[in-house]
Amino acid sequence: MSETAAIDHSADVYEPSLTPDSQGKLGMWLFLISDAMSFGALLAAYGAIRAGAAEWAPPSEVLGINLTAFMTFLLICSSVTMVKALEAIQKGNQSRMCTFLGLTILGGLIFLGLQAYEWTALIKHGLTLNEIPHEGLSGAAISGSKLFGPTFYTITGFHGAHVTGGVIYLIVILIQGMRGTYTADYNHKVEILGLYWHFVDLIWIMVFTFVYLL
Amino acid sequence: MEHSDKEHPKYFRIFWILLALTIAEVLVVIPDWIPTSVKFILLIGMACSKAAYVALYFMHLKFEQKTLTAIALTPFIICVFLVFMLLPDLMTDARNAEEAKAETHAVDTSH
Repeated sequence: MSETAAIDHSADVYEPSLTPDSQGKLGMWLFLISDAMSFGALLAAYGAIRAGAAEWAPPSEVLGINLTAFMTFLLICSSVTMVKALEAIQKGNQSRMCTFLGLTILGGLIFLGLQAYEWTALIKHGLTLNEIPHEGLSGAAISGSKLFGPTFYTITGFHGAHVTGGVIYLIVILIQGMRGTYTADYNHKVEILGLYWHFVDLIWIMVFTFVYLL
Repeated sequence: MEHSDKEHPKYFRIFWILLALTIAEVLVVIPDWIPTSVKFILLIGMACSKAAYVALYFMHLKFEQKTLTAIALTPFIICVFLVFMLLPDLMTDARNAEEAKAETHAVDTSH
């Protein structure tokens, strides 16, 4: 009697996973949730510093939004190519998956190139870790807290580091894909990569709004 | 190409929605006649909508178990708490800054 009860109890121990198709997917979700808290803390700190400052230079005058709006568009496009890569391998089309992964890498690299260009232009214009430019993009005189530079470079730099990591991650999966590792039945690693890449896109959407537009 | 697009039309629909919202965000920032508070609400609303579309459709959260969605939402709830926790301090700082500015202005005009 007691033996039967023990067997029944052991059968109850196994709970269904939140992501039954792949444990790795749950792992990535948990990582992304903790990473979202890091970004959330950075953005909240930015808000606190900005609201507490006696004066804050208008971001549209210091940074400009045309280039970053294009960078946002680029990341949205790369998210679409990423989902198309996953869709392709789920149908067993390896070459199509590799093409879309290649396009996603290209999107990420162009994004990083544009960010490097933007940072270089801003530093030349006078936005450094302890100074802000004396005049805005329209030529009007600007003044404000010197914490503009450090907060801007920390948040966009932290995001840029994520994009760099994402591009390396994409290249690794692309090489594996070219070797024929992934098939219609074995592709969860491509899906996990997609989660990371879309998260980078999602975070940029928030950064674009909080740092550039508001 | 056409075959797969017909089977998965949502991705392109989401792409157009995200693109439209991005253009709308830029258009909201440009005019000076929109009050800052209205701009703030519109921009936060559009950013949250875009983030929700990416999470629900591109990250397939809509098709996962609801418990996972609840777990994924926790950082945003915690961030909202963080902002509310900081609000009293922010409002004091802003008031002090305004008073300091007013005093400086008063000193300047007295000369």
